[in-house]
Amino acid sequence: MSAQADTAPGVTPAPSESGAEARRLTDIVFRVRELGIVGALALLIAVTAILEPRFLNADSLRNLALNAAIFAILAAGQTLVLITRNVDLSVSSVLALSAFMAGTLLSDHPSLPIPIVFLLGMGLGAAAGSLNGFLVTYGRVPALVVTLGTLYALRGVAFLWTDGRQVNAETLPDSFLNIGTGSILGIPTLALIALVVVLIVGQYLRDFRSGRELYAIGSSPEAARLAGVRTGRRVFSAFVMAGALAGLGGVLFTARFGTVDATAGSGYEFTVIAAAVVGGVTINGGSGSVYGAAIGALLLGTITSSLIVLKVDAFWQQAAIGTLLIVAIAFDRWIGLRLDAALRQRSARRAG
Amino acid sequence: MSDADATPLLALDHAEKRYGAVRALREGTLAIRPGEVRALLGENGAGKSTVVKVLGGVTQPDAGRLLVDGEEAVFHSPTDARDAGIAVIYQEPTLFPDLSVAENIAMGRHPLGALRRIDRKALHREAAELLQRLGVRLDAERPVRGLSIADQQVVEIAKALSFDARVLIMDEPTAALSGPEVARLFGVVRTLQERGAGILFISHRLEEVFAICQTVTVMRDGAVVSDEPTAGLTEDDLVRRMVGRDLDALFPKTVAEIGAPLLSVKRLTREGVFTDVSFEVRAGEIVALAGLVGAGRSEVARAIFGVDKADGGHVEVQGRQLPNGRPTAAMAAGVAFVPEDRRQQGLVMDLSIKRNATITSLARLTRLGLIGGKAERIMAEDWAQRLQLKFHSLNDSVGTLSGGNQQKVVLAKWLSTEPKVLIVDEPTRGIDVGTKAEVHRLLSDLAGQGLAILMISSELPEVLGMADRVLVMHEGRITGEIPRGEADEERIMRAATGRTQAAAA
Repeated sequence: MSAQADTAPGVTPAPSESGAEARRLTDIVFRVRELGIVGALALLIAVTAILEPRFLNADSLRNLALNAAIFAILAAGQTLVLITRNVDLSVSSVLALSAFMAGTLLSDHPSLPIPIVFLLGMGLGAAAGSLNGFLVTYGRVPALVVTLGTLYALRGVAFLWTDGRQVNAETLPDSFLNIGTGSILGIPTLALIALVVVLIVGQYLRDFRSGRELYAIGSSPEAARLAGVRTGRRVFSAFVMAGALAGLGGVLFTARFGTVDATAGSGYEFTVIAAAVVGGVTINGGSGSVYGAAIGALLLGTITSSLIVLKVDAFWQQAAIGTLLIVAIAFDRWIGLRLDAALRQRSARRAG
Repeated sequence: MSDADATPLLALDHAEKRYGAVRALREGTLAIRPGEVRALLGENGAGKSTVVKVLGGVTQPDAGRLLVDGEEAVFHSPTDARDAGIAVIYQEPTLFPDLSVAENIAMGRHPLGALRRIDRKALHREAAELLQRLGVRLDAERPVRGLSIADQQVVEIAKALSFDARVLIMDEPTAALSGPEVARLFGVVRTLQERGAGILFISHRLEEVFAICQTVTVMRDGAVVSDEPTAGLTEDDLVRRMVGRDLDALFPKTVAEIGAPLLSVKRLTREGVFTDVSFEVRAGEIVALAGLVGAGRSEVARAIFGVDKADGGHVEVQGRQLPNGRPTAAMAAGVAFVPEDRRQQGLVMDLSIKRNATITSLARLTRLGLIGGKAERIMAEDWAQRLQLKFHSLNDSVGTLSGGNQQKVVLAKWLSTEPKVLIVDEPTRGIDVGTKAEVHRLLSDLAGQGLAILMISSELPEVLGMADRVLVMHEGRITGEIPRGEADEERIMRAATGRTQAAAA
């Protein structure tokens, strides 16, 4: 009815125009998706700063960046997996294994070149990721189940391996600890590493065939198969990359905190998934960006910090993050429905 | 032009394929030669789509040979088929809704720039050129989500043309297209043909077959029954080869007394999907809702039953208005809905036959909050007998039954609610011929008992054989209402393709 009213009968509006209109519309929506979270972040910082001006001093901003860095790296890995309509819950256990390995290696052999430690940590993560990927793609077990299993199993391995021991900062070389706490030109090294990782993963997803194929698989697995995408191989590689990034996160965890035991990173998996989802990565795959996920990690970290600064009870922090998550998902769904309806009506108008 | 002695680019030799108990392909022998446009005809369920899937590498034949350039080959995946130069346009668009039109076309073959990065400019330019060649003005950068079926089909075609295919297989590419779009598609097909490509063309529109095909293969019940040049044949000849049996024998339509209207649909609208749909179904009447795939028929049924919310208009059952978007209210008012996809929407595949059959009547089987096991079994046994269900044990999971028997369980499930209005969406899709006739007889009997039946069907023989009245939809509107006596394939197809002004009341 309304679709008819806009155009005189028999007159077809120039289709290119309606196509451009639809594009403009979606452009705005996608901008809104990432703008929304940037706006939320700005609002949060502004409100906290008004209530407690010390929140904006250099030290606390440094802390914000440091806290978010490891989560941003993990969220980048999680995004790779989520985009393919899978999930990796095991990241926190992989992180613990890699963190403990890096710690013990450097304690026992302080002369070991640091890049080697990073490579080993990422290699360990990649190995765990390939176990996940193998079970998901060749075992055809849902990712939720597989990675829930490896979440527990690898944490168990961490307990067996550490056997109650812990790595302490004083046994680690300073050059290594500097990566976690030092700065380059006033910017925390850790944050720079996270930025580089996010940019690399972001470029991969945007500009490389295999990156685009991850979106295709998540958007429609059947269509991807018919288009000749090797879906198994791609999903497998997404898990390996996510694992490697969790391994990297583990080494950085050791560099930042110095103290590592078997419980390192417990509970990170949900924070990471929450960060990605808040950042606009849909749990059903096919859309979202690693930049959004990284900003999501920053937002979650900032909430925690500002609640501490504002002396809000720790129990409320959890509730606040939960609420934000639900609001983000509801917002995303609402935008999606609006977009669907708008695109549907535009196509209808064109046909009418 | 084609040379009958040339080595076929692609051929099937005595291919067979079975899905569980159903032999989808019994005898597939077919060759596509360079410069040849070959039609593949047959009723729905004749095995055409299975042939397409085998040629496209989606499934592997159980027996027989696949030949590429005369050499035996095995396609393990669609990628293998594509690497052999075979492009397939499937009946149902298989696109990525979240990605742009250009990416949908180029997926896996994006143009690359320095460092193997995707060259976005080239990607969009190439897509725009292809779309222009097809004569459509679609924005290559917009997402596919929200495109009409016709536009989605255009994207499918562009996808298939985007690499230089030696063999192009098109499974009803024109079903959703308008006249000028079809003409442009045929232009492209002729260009490919002149370049020596081979084309396999599947369509239900016989005039299209005569317009562009030199040869025609006809299939019936899973087997190839004829292979000949189109020159010298008439449409009647082709129809006779396709049907190959007497229509009346297959559709045991009994005359039922037509009573008062039970279902009235008034100006029902769901924006962008269907518009201003009004009709009535009376007691004892079977009304068929015909039309092409994507015309909005299933969507109308879903809105009547309340699965989808309508944006305008309403539905009345026996004069009482149904609340919008509430299936439970529709069920309480006596509406039953047998959906198109029985595996996904009609049955719980892992549950037993018994549980599936009684799942809609649990309230009546329940005492003090507990389901009476004996009452449940008796009810299931009763329906199994009435519908002549072929099964081993009522406790077997419903997934072990053949398609036809599964459909009977879905029918039992709904008939046990003692409905007044029965909506069936594609009641015989994927069912073998024998069971088909049983389902038809059952529907006919039910109408005789005074039910109002709305039957959505894409199979014209079924529509013509079963319906007292045929409503035809085209692009979301009812474009024809044809009484049984005047209904024929041509009139229905004309309304279904929007080439009529005779709008229904």
